[in-house]
Amino acid sequence: MSIAFDLLLALALLWSGGRCLSVDRLDRAIVLFIAFGLLMALAWARLAAPDIGLAEAAIGAGLTGALLLDAYGALKRRKA
Amino acid sequence: MKRFVMGLGALAFAALLIGALLEPLPVSVDLRAAVTNNMASSGVEHPVTAVLLNFRGYDTLLEIAVLLLALIVILAVGIDTASDQPRTVNPILQTLARVAAPLVIVVAVYLLWAGAFRPGGAFQAGAVLAAAAVLLHLTGLLPSWQVPTRTLRWGLTAGFLIFLAVAAGLLSQGALLHYPPAQAGMLILLIEAGLTISLGLILAGLFLLLSREPGDDA
Repeated sequence: MSIAFDLLLALALLWSGGRCLSVDRLDRAIVLFIAFGLLMALAWARLAAPDIGLAEAAIGAGLTGALLLDAYGALKRRKA
Repeated sequence: MKRFVMGLGALAFAALLIGALLEPLPVSVDLRAAVTNNMASSGVEHPVTAVLLNFRGYDTLLEIAVLLLALIVILAVGIDTASDQPRTVNPILQTLARVAAPLVIVVAVYLLWAGAFRPGGAFQAGAVLAAAAVLLHLTGLLPSWQVPTRTLRWGLTAGFLIFLAVAAGLLSQGALLHYPPAQAGMLILLIEAGLTISLGLILAGLFLLLSREPGDDA
């Protein structure tokens, strides 16, 4: 059961990472990046490193994601 | 000709990289036993916190210094402020942010306190605090910072200064950051409390200083 979950998690990580780099729309790439960060936090928790998982979720997915979304909004407003 | 040389260089570099990968790794250092044996004198019960704040406190001291330096550089560069229209914010979002922010602060304090005996600690607590500030800013409840006031400057540097003061104070005991086991827990909590506030402000500052707009009042 846990092996299946780990495999699924690894596949989802690779998929979201790949899609994040290859998708052609910036907003989708940012959302995929946040999803990747959350999956990464889960992976750290599965690797028995909850400290890194917490930091990854808070900084990697949360703060960086918000910064990227804000930057995207500023870019769009400047263009308009 | 130029392209050929460059291709050759790239090939050589790739070969070097592959060679470095194939080289047998040095026998990995296993420090788990060393950490477990010294937990009693660390002043905390969670091994990760013991390593970060006690056994390798030097690394953490430099980390907060680097973060502070990054923020100072942002302030020094001076962002080119483009005029933005004030954003229109959904009142439901604002209400939700008002409810969430105090809870987030409670979570941050819990994480700081929990760091002594379970996963948590100053960095996570600081990040959560910063998230609260970002949330309030994005919902239009917290204006972005134009020029840091005196209080803000002290808040940004407090964590680093407290850490440095403790390190300097302990220098007379022989070694940098060599806490006496009896006071280690109290000193670590003091340092972590300062770190949490400063990290929260620094991480929030990365956001709130970068997004400053001419229209905002500081």
